[in-house]
Amino acid sequence: MDHFIVPLLNLFRAAESGIVLSAQAEDPGVIRETINYIARRIDLIGELMLEHLWLVIIAIVIAVVVSVVVGIIISYYERSAQAVLWLCQILMVIPSLAMLAFMVPLFGIGFTTGVVALILYSLLPVVRNTYTGIRELSPAIVEAAKGMGMTEWRILTKIKIPLATPVIMAGIRTATVMVVGIAAIAAYVGAGGLGELIFQGISRSNEPMIIVGAIGVSIIALAFDFLLHWGEKHFAAKGKPGEVTEE
Amino acid sequence: MIKLEGISKIFPGQKHHAVKNLNLEINKGDVCVLVGPSGCGKTTTMKMINRLYEPTEGKIFIGGEDALNKDLIKLRLDIGYVIQEIGLFPHMTIEQNIATVPNEKHWPKEKTKEKVEEVMNLVGLDPKIFKDRYPAALSGGQRQRVGVARAMVADPPIMLMDEPFGAVDPITRARLQNEFLRIQEGMEKTIVFVTHDIDEAIKMSETIVVMREGEIVQHATPSDLLSAPADEFVSNLVGRNRSIKRLHLIRIHEILEELGRVKPIPEDTKTDEIKKRLDESATRTVMVVDSDNKLKGVIGVNDLKQKTGEVAADYYQDVMETITNDATLNDALSVMLECGEGYVAVVNENNQYEGTITLGDLLNVVKEDS
Repeated sequence: MDHFIVPLLNLFRAAESGIVLSAQAEDPGVIRETINYIARRIDLIGELMLEHLWLVIIAIVIAVVVSVVVGIIISYYERSAQAVLWLCQILMVIPSLAMLAFMVPLFGIGFTTGVVALILYSLLPVVRNTYTGIRELSPAIVEAAKGMGMTEWRILTKIKIPLATPVIMAGIRTATVMVVGIAAIAAYVGAGGLGELIFQGISRSNEPMIIVGAIGVSIIALAFDFLLHWGEKHFAAKGKPGEVTEE
Repeated sequence: MIKLEGISKIFPGQKHHAVKNLNLEINKGDVCVLVGPSGCGKTTTMKMINRLYEPTEGKIFIGGEDALNKDLIKLRLDIGYVIQEIGLFPHMTIEQNIATVPNEKHWPKEKTKEKVEEVMNLVGLDPKIFKDRYPAALSGGQRQRVGVARAMVADPPIMLMDEPFGAVDPITRARLQNEFLRIQEGMEKTIVFVTHDIDEAIKMSETIVVMREGEIVQHATPSDLLSAPADEFVSNLVGRNRSIKRLHLIRIHEILEELGRVKPIPEDTKTDEIKKRLDESATRTVMVVDSDNKLKGVIGVNDLKQKTGEVAADYYQDVMETITNDATLNDALSVMLECGEGYVAVVNENNQYEGTITLGDLLNVVKEDS
């Protein structure tokens, strides 16, 4: 479950800095203070959570549309596939702060920059899974469809995409959970979201803010993971073996 | 119906011909089997007919029309296609799978539904039980039936079948073959059938095309192929035991008449009568039938020794395997070998007893022939 790592790391980092800060302040009541903070600023927290959700959803929706289309196209052109996947891989290994820094001159500061960066990050899992999902279909199925007289478009929409859907869904799930974590960093370029709590908390040495931000990010990540996992199972359920009656 | 003129195929990046200057004419209503070792070009030849492979050279005519200049989709929609691994769509129900071609042809829903049920019945799948199932919930034999049903639902005049009965056990295969031949008798479709199994070829075909390295070695009727193989390659392919292979060419009902029927006994026959009948029987067994002449069981000499009642119904044994009267003598032989018995009971489609075939009967046929 590698995609758990990003939100969990955030949580650990936040908790760590919280502990370090509280040790400096010689204050053992971090938990009480955090609860107090939540009670006091529940409006702000809710608002930032929604903002965070919005950031992720917009980025993922756009990324999925783009990636699925790209994935389908490269499934027809074996040679371009390797190049495209390689490119996506490079995008993914750029450190997030660096990526955001690159974006600022192009898109300025704010929401758009965050969205664009998140889209670039989520390309690889979805493109790769779409491509693999289609390429790894049994050749017999595709040949049967072709031989019976289905057009390429019908084969794509009726056979290839539905059969690749579970694999594509798995890619979307990986991308989403990952992007929830990275979205926290997008607050750095003014994209909003729970990252603001974390960054402000760090600069003001306010540990409850950091903890609330980190926990919020983790909750969103886990919620998406759960929801998409359910979706994956729902899609995979079709065509499962039932009872076989022998002849 | 199908005419291939000087067809050649070279796959990109290869020096050798996969198929080389092949001429072949297949008459309407015939089953033409392409047979040969793997890599002989039989599948390639077949796939050029529905243009899954485009021939490098040559012409293909289907019903007098130039197939290579016809609209690709239109051409394929009118050719039934069954492939080796069947290629059922796992995310669609059996009904949706079979309805593939009607949907591509934009048939009205009602007509499609009706026709799907009709072909399901034809291939021996009860629509009530199977139409909403997914392929994963079917046995190998049932999937093959769906594959055949899917290929013929739109009533194409031509069908291409690439080892359609490959992946099942021998007894199921023989049953599917017989059912298919029975269906074909009523349909008169022109069928191109690919197999590497010479026995299957002899059994299924009106004409056999033996291929080697992309060329036709012999094109003949099964009977001619057995009696006059063109060269050593063909006679090796056919094998030494040619007279046994002839068993493929004879149907059980053809010899059952001459054999004279051994009368079965009703369920309420008394033990004394059974004893008498057992003594008369060549196989030392008698068949037990109900009032409707349906086969109920069998009694052998041993069963009589350990009898647990006074009439046949009390101690008859279940019959392990039966065979239908449209099966070949070779099918009968494999059932006997499979069950380790010297006989097999013959029934019709309604499980009514028709007679018994023994190993001796088969020997007589082989002897007469050679």
